[in-house]
Amino acid sequence: MCTLAHVFEAAGLATVVLTPLRRIAERMGVPRALHTRFPLGLSLGKPSDTVFQTQVLQSAFELLEENAGPVIRDFPISISATDGEPLQCALPARLNPGLHPAVDEAQALRAAYERAREISSKTSVGMRIHAEDIPEALAKIARIADGEDWETVGFSAESIYGTAHDIRSYYEELACELAEGPIAPWATEQWFYEQTQAGQVILKARRAMRDKQVEQAVWFGLAPAGRP
Amino acid sequence: MSIFGKDDQAIQKFAETLPIPEFPQCSFSKSKPLASAKIAIVTTAALHQDGAGFELGDSDYHYETLSRSARNLKLGHHSVNFDRGGFAADINVVYPIDRLEEMLSSGSIGAVADTHYSFAGNQSASVSEIRLDSGPHCAQQMLNEHVDVVLLTGT
Repeated sequence: MCTLAHVFEAAGLATVVLTPLRRIAERMGVPRALHTRFPLGLSLGKPSDTVFQTQVLQSAFELLEENAGPVIRDFPISISATDGEPLQCALPARLNPGLHPAVDEAQALRAAYERAREISSKTSVGMRIHAEDIPEALAKIARIADGEDWETVGFSAESIYGTAHDIRSYYEELACELAEGPIAPWATEQWFYEQTQAGQVILKARRAMRDKQVEQAVWFGLAPAGRP
Repeated sequence: MSIFGKDDQAIQKFAETLPIPEFPQCSFSKSKPLASAKIAIVTTAALHQDGAGFELGDSDYHYETLSRSARNLKLGHHSVNFDRGGFAADINVVYPIDRLEEMLSSGSIGAVADTHYSFAGNQSASVSEIRLDSGPHCAQQMLNEHVDVVLLTGT
């Protein structure tokens, strides 16, 4: 962002950067920056909070009144990455005991995912697979968790990474439809890995790959670095 | 090991030590008054529409154009180590296009650009592509549309 700000200003455009990384803005001498002390991934701070987001934008645009730069100003309200309320999001009861619990769960949540997609008009599922493929993908990941070789199951390094991304996106998007109350920073991530069968089986498969000495580049990125 | 995106100390250390390009001069363009200015958003969240966008392992450092009416956007910044739940709940937390439309309706800004732009945040170490090629090209597109102010957001 800071590089682009310099390039755009040199071309004659006025720029305002929203950044949580004050030191990078300072070190790069970015022309105008609003330092937003919000978690990474939340440029405007609070999802679905129109008033708050508008306040952020108004503060950013006030920097245009300055006659010289670089100028960096702190937005007065900070948001912690760790102090938010946990997600209140009920999960379905088992429907088909013959299926792996993660497969059963993902199938039962399909309607919620479709509602979320319809309401928001968007989805980030699709890097590797689509919503209808999620249960089958979880069945394959469950086999890795139970000790099968990840390549024998049918994955490549790229496909397992993209598949894990799509499964997490599927769950996080439907959680936004099912959850009560605002979505706090990291709440969907925490819910996914700690509450859902899908998150648990991805972590279990990742541990199994690590324990079998699979190349780290293959398994490390299947979940956040700090998740055991 | 902590989760990077939740570890403020690790993030601050990253901001302090990340190698950065040098800009000996700080260009500073004044805009017309906000109430008559046309605004465009440029995001480094790698937003894109289905079927286009940024592939895993991309190294062409291109940018995508986002039409003013597009909301069916995917988040191309796919690292597992940052929070994607906010974007899943509300596109505006990364790409505040609806807030700009509201500010236009209230008369706070003069116009919303018909086209907005998306880059991938993971650029080459020298960032020479966006300094010399895609960045100036994007700037020219905005100038052609008579954009006055660029709001830059990341993830």
